[in-house]
Amino acid sequence: MTIVFGIDLGSTYAKRLLLDDQDNVLASAMKPTGFRLAAVAEEIFDECLAAAGLSRDAVDYTVSTGYGRHQVAFRDVQVTDLTAAARGAAHHFPGTRTVLDVGGQTMKATRVDEQSKVHSFRLNDKCAAGTGAFLEKTARYMGYETPEIGGLLATARAPVPISGVCAVFAESEVINHLSLGTPPADIMQGAIESLVGRSLQLLKRVRAEPEHTLIGGIVRFPTMVAEVRERLAGQQVNVLEGDAVQFVSARGAAILGHRRLLRVAGKPIRNPGVLEATA
Amino acid sequence: MAYAAGVDVGSRQTKAVRVDEEGVIVAGSLTDSGANVVQAAQDAFDRALDDRGLSEREVEYVIGTGYGRYRVTFGNAQVTEISCHGRGAAHMFPGTRTVLDMGGQDTKAIRVSKTGEIDDFCMNDKCAAGTGRFLGAASMALDIPLDKLGDTALRSTKPVRISTTCTVFAESEVLAWLGKGKKIEDILWGVHQSIAMRSASLMRRVGVEDEVTFTGGVSKNPGMVAALEEKLGVKLNVSEESHYMGALGAALFALDHIKASREPARHTEEARP
Repeated sequence: MTIVFGIDLGSTYAKRLLLDDQDNVLASAMKPTGFRLAAVAEEIFDECLAAAGLSRDAVDYTVSTGYGRHQVAFRDVQVTDLTAAARGAAHHFPGTRTVLDVGGQTMKATRVDEQSKVHSFRLNDKCAAGTGAFLEKTARYMGYETPEIGGLLATARAPVPISGVCAVFAESEVINHLSLGTPPADIMQGAIESLVGRSLQLLKRVRAEPEHTLIGGIVRFPTMVAEVRERLAGQQVNVLEGDAVQFVSARGAAILGHRRLLRVAGKPIRNPGVLEATA
Repeated sequence: MAYAAGVDVGSRQTKAVRVDEEGVIVAGSLTDSGANVVQAAQDAFDRALDDRGLSEREVEYVIGTGYGRYRVTFGNAQVTEISCHGRGAAHMFPGTRTVLDMGGQDTKAIRVSKTGEIDDFCMNDKCAAGTGRFLGAASMALDIPLDKLGDTALRSTKPVRISTTCTVFAESEVLAWLGKGKKIEDILWGVHQSIAMRSASLMRRVGVEDEVTFTGGVSKNPGMVAALEEKLGVKLNVSEESHYMGALGAALFALDHIKASREPARHTEEARP
């Protein structure tokens, strides 16, 4: 049995999992990335091994991805977050042609082909307005913490428009709305809608095609998914349950690790259903 | 003696200036704009009257400027801050051809003619990158007061290159560099250089012509002056009163109005055939 460790060092959270060659996830967890990337990578590797009851020797291969992928000193190889996300998305939803990844500090739209190869992509890399940071800032301007955003959204009734052009300038907009007596929930919902607006622009620029698979931490907000579904009416939109949406890239990285091991060993890919992401 | 006044309601601070008939600043005041902008404008104006026990009536004409210019409820007229900064800068430094105004939430590059009129301007309108807010974010992240940022940055020996554009991301980048053991002054100098770079590209869009006058609240920051001078390769005009430049321009426009209204009416009658 071969075991691959997939680690996704994202801008906000670090996700990791251990995957065997029978597609069993032996352990998975996540924690805030923080600023000591190299040290965090080591820590979570050991935590993950402890959870699975394994030693470091038991791991055959380590693949890192995410913005901190080069900081993982013990990696065998690193893959870009786009490649890992495409592979992971195709594993869960073989019909995936477009991946939308909305994370803490990034938003990425990727169009993939039938082999789940990245065909084209667009990033929102210079600006916080299209990312989780925008929601975080909006919440903070109103005195709410990030974990409270979900609960707040659940009580929204009549969203107000938030321009969503700049996360810093949103502050004045938020203050204006509050002074007019708008409930914070409706302002938060407005922020989500502006985020969805930006995702759709990004999707348009990669000429997105169904099926669409949504991944990343921000997709855990049900209203975000509902808004995207509404705007892409009639098209297939795939979303995993719960925190699984955050592990898609780590999973993809681990799958790529297994494929590479087999190729290096000159062996045929034994379990195409597992390791070949597409049917 | 008649006076004219200008009130500049900015995103962060409200400035009021009172000038005499020669256009010389006789009083100025500064207050936080806060949430009640109308009140801030009134307060700033009152304080610009205060020192000599003047009453409001002795100020013949008041012009409001800045983003909150329509909140200057006692104002007789409004003029955009672009015109006012151009006018104020050209008055204080007659050789001015380019003005860089850097405030709390916006940065403007203005090109003025030899007579102080606006030829062209360019501003950041949608994004907080390269504005005073970028310094605000660094000040928060590093826990250093805004007015100490410049002096701290000038002690840098090994500058750090700040690569992010967005003000929100810059905050994380600053913390990340701190986590990597970089010195505060080196990170701060990088922040100043990054703003200078964005401002310089804004200025190039209107054309940088000597002399360059630096106005707005951020011009009080010696680190920003140094970073801009390095980037542009020119010496900047900076005045002690440079954050009053918009209010001064407004006061000068108000003075023009007072003088024009005193011109004998027959001038216009004589001009008719």
